[in-house]
Amino acid sequence: MFRYLLSRLLTFLPTFFGVTIISFAFIRMLPGDPIIVMAGERGVSEERYAELIQQFGFDQPIWRQYLDYLGGVVQGDLGQSFVTKKPVWDEFFALFPATLELSICAMIFAVALGLPAGVIAAVNRGKLFDRTLMSTALVGYSMPIFWWALLLIIVFSGMLGITPVSGRISLLYYFDNPSGFMLWDALVSDQKGAFWSALHHLILPTIVLGTIPLAVIARQTRSAMLEVLSEDYIRTARAKGLAPGRVNGVHALRNALIPVITVIGLSVGTLLAGAILTETIFSWPGIGKWMVDSIFRRDYPVVQGGLLLIAVMVMIVNLTVDVLYGLINPKIRKR
Amino acid sequence: MPLLDIRNLSVDFATASGQFRAVDGVDVNVDTGDILAIVGESGSGKSVSMLAMMGLLPWTATITADVMSFGGQDLRGLTPRQRRKIIGKDMAMIFQEPMSSLNPCFTAGFQIKEALRLHLGLDAKERHAKAIELFEMVGIPAPEDRLKAFPHQLSGGMNQRVMIAMAIACSPKLLIADEPTTALDVTIQAQILDLLTGLQRETGMALILITHDMGVVAETAERVQVQYAGQKVEEQPVGDLFETPHHPYTAALLAALPERATSRKLPTIPGVVPGQFDRPMGCLFSPRCQFADDRCRNTPPAPCGPELGLARCHYPLNAKAEATA
Ligand SMILES: Nc1ncnc2c1ncn2[C@@H]1O[C@H](COP(=O)(O)OP(=O)(O)OP(=O)(O)O)[C@@H](O)[C@H]1O
Ligand code: SF4
Ligand SMILES: [Mg+2]
Repeated sequence: MFRYLLSRLLTFLPTFFGVTIISFAFIRMLPGDPIIVMAGERGVSEERYAELIQQFGFDQPIWRQYLDYLGGVVQGDLGQSFVTKKPVWDEFFALFPATLELSICAMIFAVALGLPAGVIAAVNRGKLFDRTLMSTALVGYSMPIFWWALLLIIVFSGMLGITPVSGRISLLYYFDNPSGFMLWDALVSDQKGAFWSALHHLILPTIVLGTIPLAVIARQTRSAMLEVLSEDYIRTARAKGLAPGRVNGVHALRNALIPVITVIGLSVGTLLAGAILTETIFSWPGIGKWMVDSIFRRDYPVVQGGLLLIAVMVMIVNLTVDVLYGLINPKIRKR
Repeated sequence: MPLLDIRNLSVDFATASGQFRAVDGVDVNVDTGDILAIVGESGSGKSVSMLAMMGLLPWTATITADVMSFGGQDLRGLTPRQRRKIIGKDMAMIFQEPMSSLNPCFTAGFQIKEALRLHLGLDAKERHAKAIELFEMVGIPAPEDRLKAFPHQLSGGMNQRVMIAMAIACSPKLLIADEPTTALDVTIQAQILDLLTGLQRETGMALILITHDMGVVAETAERVQVQYAGQKVEEQPVGDLFETPHHPYTAALLAALPERATSRKLPTIPGVVPGQFDRPMGCLFSPRCQFADDRCRNTPPAPCGPELGLARCHYPLNAKAEATA
């Protein structure tokens, strides 16, 4: 297991450098001069422009700029935002909990509904529930996030007026947010109703962000279960006299989880992509919104550093999934 | 009253191309302490008839029987919950493929203790002790370690021993072994068969042994039931069956043995078992029978009397020998 982990870590290195190149190149390929954009309506004098060019190192050849950037990255320095002048690193970790909170909720939503739905569909293969669920999943999977979010907002916030449309908590509440996780901080803040308000604000973003993973997990669970249910060992389990709940929920599900775990891991990438849109729609102050804002401001260090950190997060999640995969599949663990 | 009494059992599968009768009017009778072998080529409905009795067939199967009782209890119309109290406890089954019949995600110990908890309600310590005792009974060396092993860490023969230990865990009255040795090496085959017959002697349970192998039949069984295309075509005590087969199919099986009881697989008889679409009108064996005439091809034969081994044939063999004997 240890050697396996080490070898996985080694394969991260090329990916890591690849991401530094891509994120570096990506933001520079966008049209628009960062200094002009920063100056905005006021414009900028020629002397000041030349000064800034030098200050940001844009007068250097491009490979030089990249090496400077890489040199910083290797030492753990991601630079400072052009706009706020704060280190990218600090900004990221101030905002990341908001995204993490939303992503975790979306994932819990997707897994908590997707797993049982897939299991029930497989057990009732071809029956009404199965067919309804699978067509719904297909719709959910192909739903454009933006459109889906607007639809939910119109129905639940506009027509029914039961959910807030933006932010993380009602403005009535104010307390320190040391952990960055609103639910947790609200819970320990001792302010009556704060927790519910935070939870309330999470509902729509969670549904919007969790819909695609939900559809993917339900479909994958169903197909994995169908495959497993025809195995000999399921017949053995039933021949023991075990109840269907135990046969399906323990003997079959445990085997079906192996491919499902992989899919859950893969959908973390999708989730982060979805978070960018979801956060923008719901004014959710997380890294998704931060990235979008920074792209519009041509805030090179933030975009580069943010992309890199997101990529590292995805890699860490994938590694965790690999470990989990080994734990759940004894054939891999003992190898 | 026999332990297991099945009369006129039929199983129909709903398939995409219509109904398919996999088991057609089969009778099975087993008493406590009996060893019954069920022999027949692939597709003759051996497994399906036993799975029907265990209630393990998919919902596409329609099961009908005049009588289906086990230990005095009518198995027809049991609720799933009532049936689960019987199967795995009083009536257990082991299967052909030991490697795929155990769940790869759980240890052998987990899988055997599960049955002990379900049916006997033992606590963790008792379960452990009983599991070790069972592993010793079926000849698994180092049982403590083997309890912790996953199926892929054990050999095929060892897995089949685990399956057997699991099946006998709750001291069943009837054990059904569905081709328990087909997937194993020859040397292991003999060990497993010895184990099964030994356990049968020790515990006095009834044993139904489904097999392709006439050699296995000769060595282990007391009574043999020959099945063909979903029907029982003959039933006799082992010795009599080998000596005076009454059904031409049985005779063909025996005649094709190079040396009786040494061949591993059923000998080849020209032709194949009829499937869903080529079921003959009359005797199901008529397309392959060397004695077939128009009567055979047009009128399905009824079983003869017990003196002729209940042979389902218009012209049973060795009839005279039997009459003069
Ligand atoms: N679930 C099912 N649906 C449709 N047909 C089935 C199903 N299970 C079995 N059959 C058919 O029923 C017939 C009898 O099958 P069965 O498994 O009982 O044969 P068998 O005598 O045990 O053969 P083998 O020696 O190969 O195990 C076969 O033709 C098989 O194709
Ligand atoms: S009834 Fe006729 S065809 Fe059928 S087994 Fe007897 S002799 Fe052969
Ligand atoms: Mg079979």
